Amino acid sequence: MNSTLLRTTAVRSALRAAVPSTPARAGIAGTTFVRGKATLPDLPYDYGALEPAISGKIMELHHKNHHNTYVTSFNNFSEQIAEAKQKNDIAAQIALQPLINFHGGGHINHTLFWENLAPTSQGGGEPPTGALASAINDSYGSLDAFKEKFNTALAGIQGSGWAWLVQDTQTGKVGIKTYANQDPVVGQFRPILGVDAWEHAYYLQYQNRKAEYFKAIWDVINWKAAEKRLK
Amino acid sequence: MSAPSYSLPPLPYAYDALEPHISKQIMELHHGKHHQTYITNLNAALKTQAEAVHTADITSQVGLQAAIKFNAGGHINHSLFWQNMAPASSAEAKTSAAPELIKQIKATWGDEQAFYDAFKTTLLGIQGSGWGWLVKVETGKEQRLTIVTTKDQDPVVGKGEVPIFGIDMWEHAYYLQYLNGKPAYVENIWKVINWKTAEERFLGTRADAFKVLRASI
Ligand SMILES: [Fe+2]
Ligand SMILES: [Fe+2]
Ligand SMILES: [Fe+2]
Repeated sequence: MNSTLLRTTAVRSALRAAVPSTPARAGIAGTTFVRGKATLPDLPYDYGALEPAISGKIMELHHKNHHNTYVTSFNNFSEQIAEAKQKNDIAAQIALQPLINFHGGGHINHTLFWENLAPTSQGGGEPPTGALASAINDSYGSLDAFKEKFNTALAGIQGSGWAWLVQDTQTGKVGIKTYANQDPVVGQFRPILGVDAWEHAYYLQYQNRKAEYFKAIWDVINWKAAEKRLK
Repeated sequence: MSAPSYSLPPLPYAYDALEPHISKQIMELHHGKHHQTYITNLNAALKTQAEAVHTADITSQVGLQAAIKFNAGGHINHSLFWQNMAPASSAEAKTSAAPELIKQIKATWGDEQAFYDAFKTTLLGIQGSGWGWLVKVETGKEQRLTIVTTKDQDPVVGKGEVPIFGIDMWEHAYYLQYLNGKPAYVENIWKVINWKTAEERFLGTRADAFKVLRASI
């Protein structure tokens, strides 16, 4: 297990069940590998609860199929990398890294995404308050100006990827960053709020009209969850 | 200031002609909306670029390169893609329409099935949006076949490279019909590959393969 991937508070809270109670380690030859498996987190709302912004059909496929595939693939490749480590097979460990990044990233990104969405009846779309509201105003002037910049970033993604409101761990400032494919927000930046810009996130409902999806999603953004991630 | 202007090439078959393997709705959106958007954005970027060239604005020219590559790539890739598909019932969709190409495929991968298996593995290994291509690579008098993937809309335009056929692995290419069942799309796409076009590209030159792209100046 790459425990550094699980170290941020936001992810850990969602993945609590998946964190092993003992440190993950490879067993000695002939024994099974002791490690915590990633599991698909339950959605904190019904599949249809984000309608009309995101259809129930999309949510169901996205959670039950796409996210779950990242979880099972991550577990599978984690197992393989543990075996490669045990055999001191460095080439195999390196070859597996992009797969760990992709599927582990897919797991982390979607886990954060479900958390930072909410039905309007549970506060979805209600503007941020406190430190996050101030940080956004400092950097962008207003929430509307921020949303416009964020949507421009989303629209500019060439291919599959995500846009994130991130916090720079060095300066504490917030900013907008896009990431390709399932590259997770790790390292210098802390994920605050993410929007999935893969076609599977909107295609059944919006087809090629992705700008409409980017506009509608603000109605179901859970700013309370985003606020908790800010440090 | 004149910049070349590209336009949407007509589909060489009806929108529903690839059913049941690719639905009419997918084809309509894919050709009429997605491909058209690449062309619209390409033409806009080329116009801005022509102005930047005219005013010797080098920083703008460099800044436009990513947009030109992405949208030109989208136009190139989709233009080749429509041509390298054909209705499953047509003679073009049979491998017998590509005797020379099949000969070299067998010489390269052992047999046809091994080629399909290798291609399938490559396609399913794409992380995110991209394309899978069968490419003829010419080096001097030698030529060989290879399966390559390109990310997002990167086109196959390297020196000596002739794209034989491409398979669009963006989710928009299959999602309305196959949802997350990407392996089924990858399985069925073989039924609508235009082997006649593939043979022509294999026996021809780069210029032949790309002639569909001629712009109006
Ligand atoms: Fe791991
Ligand atoms: Fe997703
Ligand atoms: Fe496409």
